[in-house]
Amino acid sequence: MSLPNPSPRPSSENQRFWDATTENRLELPRCRSCGLVIWYPREICPDCHGTDIEWFEASGQGTVYSCTTTRRMPGRWGGAAPFVLAYVELDEGPRLMTNIVDCDPDEIAIGDRVEAVFHPTEDGPALVRFRPAG
Amino acid sequence: MTIRGASLIAGAYEHPGRELPDRTLPQIHFDVAAGALADAGLDWSDVDAYYSAGDAPGFGNLSMADYLGLDLTDVAATETGGSSYLVHIQHAAAAIAAGQVKVALITLAGNPRSGGAAPGGSARAGGAPEAGFENQFGMSVPGGYALAAARHMYEFGTTSEQLAEVKVAASIHASHNPHAFLQDQVTVEEVLASPVISDPLHRLDCCVITDGGGALVMVAPEVAADLDRHCIPVLGTGTAVKHTVNGRIDLTHTGASRSGPLAFAEAGLTPSDIDYVSIYDSFTITVVITLEDLGFCDKGAGGRFVAEGNLRADGGRLPFNTDGGGLCNNHPANRGGMTKVIEAVRQLRGEANPAVQVADCELALAHGTGGSLATRMGSSTVIMGRSL
Repeated sequence: MSLPNPSPRPSSENQRFWDATTENRLELPRCRSCGLVIWYPREICPDCHGTDIEWFEASGQGTVYSCTTTRRMPGRWGGAAPFVLAYVELDEGPRLMTNIVDCDPDEIAIGDRVEAVFHPTEDGPALVRFRPAG
Repeated sequence: MTIRGASLIAGAYEHPGRELPDRTLPQIHFDVAAGALADAGLDWSDVDAYYSAGDAPGFGNLSMADYLGLDLTDVAATETGGSSYLVHIQHAAAAIAAGQVKVALITLAGNPRSGGAAPGGSARAGGAPEAGFENQFGMSVPGGYALAAARHMYEFGTTSEQLAEVKVAASIHASHNPHAFLQDQVTVEEVLASPVISDPLHRLDCCVITDGGGALVMVAPEVAADLDRHCIPVLGTGTAVKHTVNGRIDLTHTGASRSGPLAFAEAGLTPSDIDYVSIYDSFTITVVITLEDLGFCDKGAGGRFVAEGNLRADGGRLPFNTDGGGLCNNHPANRGGMTKVIEAVRQLRGEANPAVQVADCELALAHGTGGSLATRMGSSTVIMGRSL
């Protein structure tokens, strides 16, 4: 069963991120002062507290940092179980929460290489999820 | 200035109910406040400070002060989830040490069991800056803790059998607690045979969902001197916030790795001095990681430490959660910090259930974790003594 695709509610701080995902691109903010790749997207740097932020297109490549197959849960996510919840470490550095899709939940493991896919939502911008690379 | 010994816990009360469909939330706050004041031998009119968290309805402290008829000259609201009540102790201890407060009341109440709250549900994230980047992927509370458990297993070889021993020890303790929600002893095999909620966590790796609550009364030494009750001095506290660190989250540590050393330093103690621990046990993995972070064993050795039976009151080196903890006894309002402190007070007073009372219990530690190991948390540690 396909996963729910709840629509995020963009703010002025992260609109660019969501505009990009809706065009099947992963763009990330970076601090021009210290070079930090910022996650989650915001228009301040939580390291040096600079506010001069640029955006760049990321590779969409990453590695599974942790993953779990949720088998029981209330509500519509429970109806989509089993599904894989994960943290993926992007090649650009940040670890972001996501789902691993297009895989056998029993086969996916920490350390696996994954690549970004973009899933349209009900009435908003697309979500970034990942599938096994290659 | 130190808060070491500058304040004492004079009253502690845990609501005996686990399912309270006929009590309103404010009524449960009243029940536990009345219980803690009676335990201390104090009156409502003695209270000059009140501390509450997100479980206080309406306008929090203001609504509750009005409802309870409190006459206050200090209030504080803290919201770090289930650890809030240990943070309250730190704040009350400081206010009492500064001479600003004589009698502080701290309450927790909730009715998630009869109120129909979905297990692990939370609406708090609405409007949070991180919301769109975490809430879209089906992270349940067990799912988040499962991410921490999976990473701990990957890095350190921790096993499901080791995690299960945490539940087994808690269930043995709960079997001696007539108020415990779950009173049956379980085995490692039964934990592993229970349904998987989110790999690698089984249903019996998860805490219970109950109504109820608890309250504490903290007093200045001059107030304690006039009471007939055995008052428990607060020797050290520590609080820390750990978050996702800009996408560099480390799932194998909690804020206890900072709150613990702060509390031990203030108390002038080390982990080997502690006779009894109450460790917030939202899930079995929470206990394993927290024990490591507090220094009771090396990082990564928590699974082996618990599997050796160290947590059991009967013969273990570090008896824990002798009321049965959140895994078996009680988890009112889905917030476990309050009951952790209450059981530590019972142990130091020698009033735990006899089968699980730690002999010559002189020093106890209570630790709360609020929020989620998978994202951001408030960690708070309180060290208490039988006497100064």
